[in-house]
Amino acid sequence: MVYYIIRRILLAVPTVLGVCIVTFLLFNVFASPEAVARRQLGKNPTEVQVKAWITAHGMDKPMFFNLKAGKDGRLHPFDSRFWNQMKELLLFQFPESDYLHENVGDLIKEKIGPSLTITVPAFLLSIIVTLPLALFVAYYRGTYLDKMALFICVILMSIVILNYIIVGQYLLAVVFKYFPIYGYEFGLGAWKFVLLPIILAVASGLGGGLRFYRTVMLNEVRSDYVRTAMAKGVSEGGILFKHVLKNAMIPILTTTVLSIPFLITGSLLLEMYFGIPGMGNLLLNSINNADYPVIRTLTYVYSLLYIAGSILTDISYTLVDPRVILE
Amino acid sequence: MAESHLNIATQRIKKDRLAVAGFVVICLFALVAILDVIPVPYRDAGGLHFNRTVLDAIAKKPVELSYSAPMVRTAELNRKEFTLKSLHLLGTNILGEDVFYDALKGVRTAFIIGIVPLVIAAFFAIVLGLLAGYYGGWVDDLIQYVYQVLSSIPGILLLIAMLTVMERGLWQLCIALGVTSWVGLCRLIRGETLKVRNMEYVEAARALGASDARLLFRQILPNVMYLVVIEMTLDFSGLVMSEAVLTYIGVGVEPGTGSWGRMILSADRELPNGIWWNLTGASVLLFLLVLAFNLFADSLRDALDPRLRKG
Repeated sequence: MVYYIIRRILLAVPTVLGVCIVTFLLFNVFASPEAVARRQLGKNPTEVQVKAWITAHGMDKPMFFNLKAGKDGRLHPFDSRFWNQMKELLLFQFPESDYLHENVGDLIKEKIGPSLTITVPAFLLSIIVTLPLALFVAYYRGTYLDKMALFICVILMSIVILNYIIVGQYLLAVVFKYFPIYGYEFGLGAWKFVLLPIILAVASGLGGGLRFYRTVMLNEVRSDYVRTAMAKGVSEGGILFKHVLKNAMIPILTTTVLSIPFLITGSLLLEMYFGIPGMGNLLLNSINNADYPVIRTLTYVYSLLYIAGSILTDISYTLVDPRVILE
Repeated sequence: MAESHLNIATQRIKKDRLAVAGFVVICLFALVAILDVIPVPYRDAGGLHFNRTVLDAIAKKPVELSYSAPMVRTAELNRKEFTLKSLHLLGTNILGEDVFYDALKGVRTAFIIGIVPLVIAAFFAIVLGLLAGYYGGWVDDLIQYVYQVLSSIPGILLLIAMLTVMERGLWQLCIALGVTSWVGLCRLIRGETLKVRNMEYVEAARALGASDARLLFRQILPNVMYLVVIEMTLDFSGLVMSEAVLTYIGVGVEPGTGSWGRMILSADRELPNGIWWNLTGASVLLFLLVLAFNLFADSLRDALDPRLRKG
């Protein structure tokens, strides 16, 4: 087991390097330092200002290998944009934001809390709501009720998340005043501000989630062990909750990790709408201000989380399914 | 053989009334998009112009002074009443433009966003998936490494990163969406190619001296094409919705291109003032198109995917 985990982590190293290279290429090859500097400096910067900005950000260095002798007369082949940025990312020495002038690492530490107060409860709640509903629908499989439920799922999936948020906020916060419209409070007072975003996050994911879990359950229902259990006289409910649910855990766990990126999108829009000072908000401000260091670093950090998540999923397979042996 | 396979699929879809309804709706939307492509040339002092389409000729309404509610004769601007030049089915927006016409202009953008990225993605996925599955070895390792890396970067972040670096525009958006959405299909095609490449009919063609290219594109590709068709119809809805979201957060299409995302964006300021038609116009068309595609795509998948076919 320990051997497996170590091997899995080592296998992730080339992937992490690949992610670094992709983000480097994106922000250095496809955008010229000139263009970046001009975007950052706002309206009509002078040539001198642009040059100064480029030098200050180390963007005047060669792309991959520095083959000119440095000021001390010696050769520093790795004093280039690529190696400097790789070093920053791999050693977690995050750069400074161009717009907010703070270290991106500090910014992440500051913003991750509010984001987690929405995404984690929303994530757990959606599983708590969707799984029993899926079992219920699977119980009535093939009936009129099942078909209706499926149709409603398709309708729910066809509504863009923007509509859930805009209409939800307008009806529940503006018209009926059940929730505050906008804002955030650090500490325990946060609950009343995050309640509506959490509800909307769960609602927007309900259709797709329910339909997926139903499919997973139905795949299991058709298997031999269910027939055996039926033949032994186990009740339908007993089969669904004891046998099917346990066996359906593997595909459910897999999509759990696959849905992590969607948690980011979801929270991006939710944070924007409800004024929650989280990661989504940070990302959005960075988009509007062309704050490349922040976008670059966030891309890298989220990719790391994603890779770590997929390792954890593989490991958690052994916890839910004794047939899976990791070696 | 191929025809009868297609016939069976068509027969199965025809039995599904929801899918047929979806298909009809898709055709109606496609008609609007096509009308918005065919130009109606006109001549003025500046010479001959081709920037007016049939849709403009049919649906364009005169521009009013400012907002007006749906189907009214008069509206107010700065407490002064003004008479409208024509009747507007869904009212007008802040610039006095007809909302229904704006919403119809979004149809063409939606089709471009729903189709062009998929063509780009399908090209990458087919070429790389076939190569990886057919040759195996280091080719397979390399291609798998590339998509492993790409799929480790959350799609939305990769999209945002690409779009902030590139200039804004419809085609840039298509390229970014295409580059970020080929991985899933590539993985499927690779797996299917692995299965198909050792089948007897491929062995037979190989024994007859067919070249690798011929084997790949004449023997194997037709047998994995169903995956491409299924994936493309399933992804269409997601792409159309992502246009709205991406335009909304500021990395989507530029102003001047019809966009449901931008119409929904303006609802922020409008809804508290009781102006609901901009949001409704864009949302209803977006919802109808996505719903129709979802219903049709599900039925198509059930009909084409041999793994789901029973008996």
